Amino acid sequence: MSGTTEINVLYFARLRDKIGLEGEAIALSDEVGTVGDLFALLQNRSDAHASALADDVSIRAAVDQQHADMETPLSGAREVAFFPPMTGG
Amino acid sequence: MAEIVVQVDKTTPVISDLSELLSAAQDAATGAVATFTGVCRDEGGKLEALELHHYPGMAEKQLEAIAQKALADTGATALAIHHRHGLVPAGEAIVAVIAASAHRKASLEAVGFVMDFLKTDAPFWKREIWKNGETRWVEAKQSDDEARALRVLQS
Repeated sequence: MSGTTEINVLYFARLRDKIGLEGEAIALSDEVGTVGDLFALLQNRSDAHASALADDVSIRAAVDQQHADMETPLSGAREVAFFPPMTGG
Repeated sequence: MAEIVVQVDKTTPVISDLSELLSAAQDAATGAVATFTGVCRDEGGKLEALELHHYPGMAEKQLEAIAQKALADTGATALAIHHRHGLVPAGEAIVAVIAASAHRKASLEAVGFVMDFLKTDAPFWKREIWKNGETRWVEAKQSDDEARALRVLQS
């Protein structure tokens, strides 16, 4: 129990298509301290994850619905989203 | 007192509807109202529709944050944004923006500011649905990033 928390991960647009999931709950150990740590963990989850998350230069992230980067800490976060560059408007 | 209205839903954005929501658009102190409507092109008759995906919750929050920045940056007094999600057939509106100010420069600036930041910061994604049955996610444009970067430098 100690040192493990669960976080809700969401995928949007092309990433959602490639991974085949809208989102998933991920158990985090203490070693997963930043968005980048979580991203690396997700890349190793399946071939589909690896393929969808291969392009780490253009993939954007949000922590609790605020724009984030790979250095953003996860402490206290409930929801992390990964998505391609936005194309609204 | 700054006034901001943000609407994200599946209905068609219409400037006159947005104007009615914004009391400043009817205020006697307002001397200028600027508007923008973004419409789905038909790409020479080949595009059926755009499918707009969004991140519910974050989309609304980001649009509000962008509207706040736009008012602070330009001196406009009120701003309303309506962004559609779901299926948008060619020829129909995707987004409508209306800004009010005492003098014209601030409201014209505010509308441009919102569109430049919206393109890069608001979590919406377009998928093209072509009449030949193909579908394709729209790629982000580098020119949109550059327009945003210029705004940041100027502010």
